[in-house]
Amino acid sequence: MHIMEGYLPVKHAIAWGIASTPFVVFGAYKLKRKMEEDPQAKLLLGASGGFCFVLSALKLPSVTGSCSHPTGIGLGTILFGPWIMTVMGMIVLLFQALLLAHGGLTTLGANVFSMAIVGSFVAYGVFRGLMALRLPFSVVIFLAAALSDMATYITTSMQLALSFPDPVSGFTGALAKFMAVFAVTQIPLALSEGFLTVLVMNLLRANASEAMRDARLLPKEVLQ
Amino acid sequence: MKKNLLLLLFVVILTVIPFMMTHTVKEGQEAFSGADGQAETLITQIHPDYTPWFKPLWEPPSGEIESLLFGLQAAIGAALIGYCLGFYRGRKLA
Repeated sequence: MHIMEGYLPVKHAIAWGIASTPFVVFGAYKLKRKMEEDPQAKLLLGASGGFCFVLSALKLPSVTGSCSHPTGIGLGTILFGPWIMTVMGMIVLLFQALLLAHGGLTTLGANVFSMAIVGSFVAYGVFRGLMALRLPFSVVIFLAAALSDMATYITTSMQLALSFPDPVSGFTGALAKFMAVFAVTQIPLALSEGFLTVLVMNLLRANASEAMRDARLLPKEVLQ
Repeated sequence: MKKNLLLLLFVVILTVIPFMMTHTVKEGQEAFSGADGQAETLITQIHPDYTPWFKPLWEPPSGEIESLLFGLQAAIGAALIGYCLGFYRGRKLA
């Protein structure tokens, strides 16, 4: 989902930057407030960011014969809500843009939008929606993480198709081509992300349920 | 515990399946290349006259250095998760 440095036309790069800024600014405010209100949540915030770091470093092979990586946004979103994770996602993307030449500064706005904003709001929407339907907690976590992962890559495909419409078939034609690269490859990886998110959530609930209750990170009924 | 091992097994299976399939590799590409790079190639196919207007400030000088930094990224993340889980587990058992 990393759009490479310089690979978005100037106007598009600026527009995505403008679109992402308010989310990150409000996210930073929410993050600061959460840390003041519930300072004991710091370790769990670190673990949520850590999960993003690990998962976005794992280039996994896919059935399409290419490699891509999960995002890890789902776990933190379920614990901290979507706003705070926009900031954590941006930190991961900055690390990769500056040290790994993956993604870039000019494309940071677009990449933050797909991974940190769309990714976390989809995870949050799925989580809240399915919790309301009273589905088993692990099923909810799995779907929230996997669909968030898919949504990020579909967003990237749309961003690229908007910037580079096919000369013959236009936006739709280009979208189909970018989706073939990103979205299809991502399906098994999104499933893997779902399983890994359930795994880490199991470990957190087994060991840190008291801390999560004190810091008001999960609904009481799903904590032991 | 059993449940968690099963979850890990699913991930391993999903990761291994692609190696057992046969893939047609496009000319000039190696098998299991990155999707980000393929998108870049696709852009230049759709718009051959597009030239990137900004270059990364710094690029890892070799594939080895790149894998060093990816390894570092994963290590930082794993350390954060491990510290958090270990801290709360230790406190619970104390």
